[in-house]
Amino acid sequence: MIKVSALTKDYGARRAISNLKFDAQQGEIVGFLGPNGAGKTTTMRILTGYMPPTDGEAIVAGYDVVEESLEVRKRVGYLPETVPLYTEMVLFDYLKFMGELRKIPNVDDRVDEVLDMVSLTERANGYIGNLSKGMRQRVGLAQALLHRPEVLILDEPTIGLDPGQVVEVRKLIRDIGKDRTVLLSTHLLNEAQNICDRVIIINKGKIVTEDTTENLQARLIGAERVVVRVRGDGDELAKTIKQVKGVQGVATKEDGTVEFEFSSGKDLRPEVAKQVINSGYDLLELRPLGMSLEDIFLELTGSDTKTK
Amino acid sequence: MRNIWTIAKREYDNYFNSPLAYVVAFAILLPLGIYFSLIMFVSSQQALQGGPAPESAPINWLFVFLMIFLSPAITMRLISDEARMGTLELLLTAPIRDFELVSGKWLGAFLFVLSIAALTLMFPLVINNFVSPGIDWKLIISSYLGLILVCAALLGLGTGISAVFTNQFAAFFVTLGLFFFLWFMISLPASYLPQGGDVLNYLSLSTHFSQSMNNGTINLGDIVYYLSLTALGLFVGTSAIEIRRWR
Repeated sequence: MIKVSALTKDYGARRAISNLKFDAQQGEIVGFLGPNGAGKTTTMRILTGYMPPTDGEAIVAGYDVVEESLEVRKRVGYLPETVPLYTEMVLFDYLKFMGELRKIPNVDDRVDEVLDMVSLTERANGYIGNLSKGMRQRVGLAQALLHRPEVLILDEPTIGLDPGQVVEVRKLIRDIGKDRTVLLSTHLLNEAQNICDRVIIINKGKIVTEDTTENLQARLIGAERVVVRVRGDGDELAKTIKQVKGVQGVATKEDGTVEFEFSSGKDLRPEVAKQVINSGYDLLELRPLGMSLEDIFLELTGSDTKTK
Repeated sequence: MRNIWTIAKREYDNYFNSPLAYVVAFAILLPLGIYFSLIMFVSSQQALQGGPAPESAPINWLFVFLMIFLSPAITMRLISDEARMGTLELLLTAPIRDFELVSGKWLGAFLFVLSIAALTLMFPLVINNFVSPGIDWKLIISSYLGLILVCAALLGLGTGISAVFTNQFAAFFVTLGLFFFLWFMISLPASYLPQGGDVLNYLSLSTHFSQSMNNGTINLGDIVYYLSLTALGLFVGTSAIEIRRWR
């Protein structure tokens, strides 16, 4: 549904994105992560037909974004980063206007539907200017969903929402992503981890890596790290665990837990569990310590950069 | 065409949400009303001495003259404000052509001005009741055709300039400057030039209306002139948006 190859965009002498190559399939939610100025918004704007690339090719829903821009725009729903809205318009009228531009049949009914989807039915006859930031974000989302797009491109979709709304919107995106393609940028790494099937990390206009969050963790760590907690004093626990062949990096933490690691591909947790129990400890917890997406992000983009 | 109409309809409705539109309407209709009263008063005084019948064409001239100063206020925010607010991003990612966007914006402003112009039809209708055997309707039609074409051209150029700028006040002053130049200044050197004076006179905004259509003369050249300016404005606006995309 999205196929990008050798995509490059220059703003004057500055190269915003360079030679990007990635794709996203139907039924896939792809997270787009990167620090400020990494080129996320530029890429999204090219994919929505807002601006052409300097070089390269982008195919969205089967159409070239430059040669068949109108066809692409018919099939893409777009939520820009700062949701631009006509604040002087009544909410229902605004969505109806956007629906008429997209030639949606029975537009009034469809507007009612999307207002219900984003829980704004009660505010349908109010002015957009009177809505809170979170509500405006949902108006933007409603506008993006209005024409049942095959591809949904969302720039920071949950920014400004309260925690309850974040949960609702994430659920909505997951539901949409079941049969459509969703590309979303976010600065909330746990959001990408929770709702994205795959993550593309971009930095300084170039793709640093792309993979599932699980694969990224495995690739970067190279070894599994596990924490062990037992009932009572675990002073001798570290020595016990060290006796298991293949275990490395055993360390006792301040809270009494013990961490150890082993090479990926050879899971030593069963052996460690047996050893701990056979040594007379009451085993309470044996938990793998996954590297967070934040750790991965900082590792890949450099620790001096801050997430957007 | 449907997209143009959708955008025009929103733009037209939007004028009535804005105080600016009421100010513009007031700034046009009040002077016209005062001028009309003066014409009627003077004519009624002169009628006793066999003076000429009142005419409504001077009122249309005043309408057009006021539009030189007020149309930049109508068009300044049409596209520049969309760019400033970011809503242009929504429109440019909707399945509409850049030309449709610019034309829709222009049409919305044009319909707004036509609504004000429609109110001024009461002036010839009132005069018609006081004049025997009635006013010259051919002159009225010619005058209104001219008024409509001048307004179309002014709004077309204003819409085009609005697409060039992100700051609406920059758009206002550049548009006002252009209209001032085209109305007052372009034909000034014509009488001093041994050659080319006719070209400068032809380019003047005022001559095609003041000396032609508002006097009951409909020339194809005058119509082409105003339609060309309208098309030029819409072309500039469309090109400016294209350039925004590629920048």
